[in-house]
Amino acid sequence: MTTTAPPPTTPPATPHLPLRSARLPRSAPALVAVASLAAAGVLALLLGWGIIAWAVVAGLLHLVAITVWSRAVENPRAATDRFVTSLIWMALIIAFVPLVSLLYIVVENGAGQIDGQFLTYSMRNVVGEGGGIYHSLVGTLLITLGATVISVPIGLMTSIYLVEYGARSKVAGWIRFLVDVMTGIPSIVAGLFAFALFALIFNDPGIHFGIGGSVALSLLMIPIVVRSAEEMLKLVPGDLREASYALGVPKWRTIVKVVIPTALPGIITGVTLAVSRVIGETAPLLIIAGSTDSSNFNLFGGQMSTLPVFIYYSYTQPGLNPEFAQGRAWGAALVLIVIVMLLNLLARVLGKAFAPKTGR
Amino acid sequence: MSAGTDDRASFERNTDLMAKSIDVSDLNIFYGSFLAVEGVNMTIPARSVTALIGPSGCGKSTFLRTLNRMHEVIPGARVEGKVVVDGNSLYDPTIDPVEVRRQVGMVFQRPNPFPTMSIADNVLAGLRLNNKKLKKSEAEDVVERSLKGANLWNEVKDRLGKPGMGLSGGQQQRLCIARAIAVRPQVLLMDEPCSALDPISTSAIEDLIHELRTDYTIVIVTHNMQQAARVSEDTAFFNLAGAGKPGRLIEMSPTKKIFSNPDEEATEAYISGRFG
Repeated sequence: MTTTAPPPTTPPATPHLPLRSARLPRSAPALVAVASLAAAGVLALLLGWGIIAWAVVAGLLHLVAITVWSRAVENPRAATDRFVTSLIWMALIIAFVPLVSLLYIVVENGAGQIDGQFLTYSMRNVVGEGGGIYHSLVGTLLITLGATVISVPIGLMTSIYLVEYGARSKVAGWIRFLVDVMTGIPSIVAGLFAFALFALIFNDPGIHFGIGGSVALSLLMIPIVVRSAEEMLKLVPGDLREASYALGVPKWRTIVKVVIPTALPGIITGVTLAVSRVIGETAPLLIIAGSTDSSNFNLFGGQMSTLPVFIYYSYTQPGLNPEFAQGRAWGAALVLIVIVMLLNLLARVLGKAFAPKTGR
Repeated sequence: MSAGTDDRASFERNTDLMAKSIDVSDLNIFYGSFLAVEGVNMTIPARSVTALIGPSGCGKSTFLRTLNRMHEVIPGARVEGKVVVDGNSLYDPTIDPVEVRRQVGMVFQRPNPFPTMSIADNVLAGLRLNNKKLKKSEAEDVVERSLKGANLWNEVKDRLGKPGMGLSGGQQQRLCIARAIAVRPQVLLMDEPCSALDPISTSAIEDLIHELRTDYTIVIVTHNMQQAARVSEDTAFFNLAGAGKPGRLIEMSPTKKIFSNPDEEATEAYISGRFG
C-alpha cells in the first residue's frame, strides 16, 4: 500500500505552501455599503432623485466597489465570492421591503382600532362609529375549521395512497397530475363551483351558507395538504416500515402506528400552511358564504361574514362615514395577520411536541 | 404440533416457543423479470445458528428475506419454489404473510428503532402494534425478559422511558434484537447485524447469538468470515458466476468443514481470500 519515497535530491522551490493571502477587513462589506449609500445620497441630493433611484444606484455602487476592492487586495475567487454574497444580501433586502412595509402600515393603521369592543361586538345596527368584527371573526374561524375538517382527512388519505399503496402506478401518476392541476384552480372558480353545486342540490339560486364556503376553501386546501403530507410520508425511512412488517404488523397498522406518527410534525406544519393559505381567501366566500352584519354561529344556514369579506366591504362600501368603516377594515386586517401568525406559532409548538426525541 | 401437517391453523395457533427447521427446495427469487437467486436447496436445522456467506450481490440477503416473506415487500419481487417451515409451505396461497412474520423475526443491517417510541415501547412494539392488550405487570415482564435476552437490560434499566434513538449504535441494534425476540418468534433472521458496529458491540451481539441458539433457529448473513466461524454450526456459501448472473448456493456444510476442508474449490478460494 505505502511506498517509501526516495529522499528529495533538491530542496523544494517554495519552502511553505502559500496558505496565507491578503484579506479585506471584516467590516469591509459594511464600510463599502455605508460609503455607497453616502455617495448615492450625494448624487440624489444634487440631481433631485427619489428614494428608489438612490437605493438602486447605492446597490450598484456597492457591488462594483466591493468587487474591485476585493480583486485589488485579495484574489479573483474572493472577489467573485464577495460579489455573489452582496447580490444575495440585496435579494434578501428586496424581499424584506414589501413584508416589513406591509406589516408596518397594517399595524400603524390597525393597532389603534383594536379594543374590547372591536373584538366582541358585531356590526348589527351600527352606523358610523363603534361596532366590531366579532361576527366576521366567528365566521372566519368556523368556515376555516370546516374547511380543515373536510380537507385534512381527504388530503391525508390521498397522500397515504400515493406513498404507501399507489407508489409508481398509473393511477397514482394521474392523481398527482390532477392534484397539481387543482393547485392552480383560481379561488373564484372554487367559489363558483361550490355555489353552483349547492344551488343545484337545494334548487336555490340565491343560496348562502357557511359550509359552502368551507367546501370552496377545501378545494383550495386539499392539494396543498396532499402535496405536503406526501413529501413528509416519503421522508419516513423504509427501514421503519420493514422493521414493523418484520414484527408481523399488518400494513395498515404500520401506516397508522409507525409511519404517520413519525411524519406527524411535518404533516401538522403542512396543514397549518394550508390553513394560512386559505384563511385570507375573499372571492369564494363572497359568492357562497355571503355577508352579514350579525353574528351567525350556524355553518349550515344563513349568510356568514368573514374577515376578508368584511375588509372588502368596509373598504369598497364604507357607507356614510367612510373613515370609521376604513378604520375597522385596517383593524380586521391586523387581526387576520395575527391569527395567521398565531397559527404558525402553534404549528411550531405542536411540531416540536410531536417530533421524535433523541433523548440527549 | 406434528410436523408435516399442511394446516395453516396449526401454524397460527402455535404460540409456545418452539424452534423450527426450515426446508428450502428449488427456490428461484426474482426482482421483476430479473432472476436474482437460482435453484437453492437447503435444510436449516432447528436450534442452531446457520451463517450465510458470500461476496456482495450474490443474493444472501435476498434469500434471507424470502424466509419470512419480506422479499415481496419490494414492488415486483416474487419467488418460485418452496420454503417449508414446520410443514407449512410459506408461499402457499392460504398462508398469511403477516402470520409468517410473527413466527419468523428479523434483525436488520442498520439498527432501526422506532423514533417515536421509548426504549420500553420499542421492545413492546411487536405486541402493542398488533393490538395485544397487556397488563402493566405483563408488559414490564416482557420488557425485562427481552432486554435481558438481548444483553441490554443492565445498560438501560434506569431509563426505559427515554427515547430509543438516544442509545448508541450497538445498543440500538441490541434493542432491535430485544424487539424481535419480544414476540417470541420461532426463527430469527439476522441480516449483517454487526456490520455497522464496533468490535465491542459486535462481541456483545455474538455472545447474545450464542445464548439465543438454545431457544431459536437463527440464520445470520455476514461478510465477516471470522464471525461466521465463531457463531455458526453450519455455513452456506453463495456465489454468482458473474455480473448480471443469478446467485447460487455453492455449498452448505458444517462450519468446521467449510473452513477447513470445503468440498468446492470456489468456497476454498473465497474463504482463503483467493477469490475468483
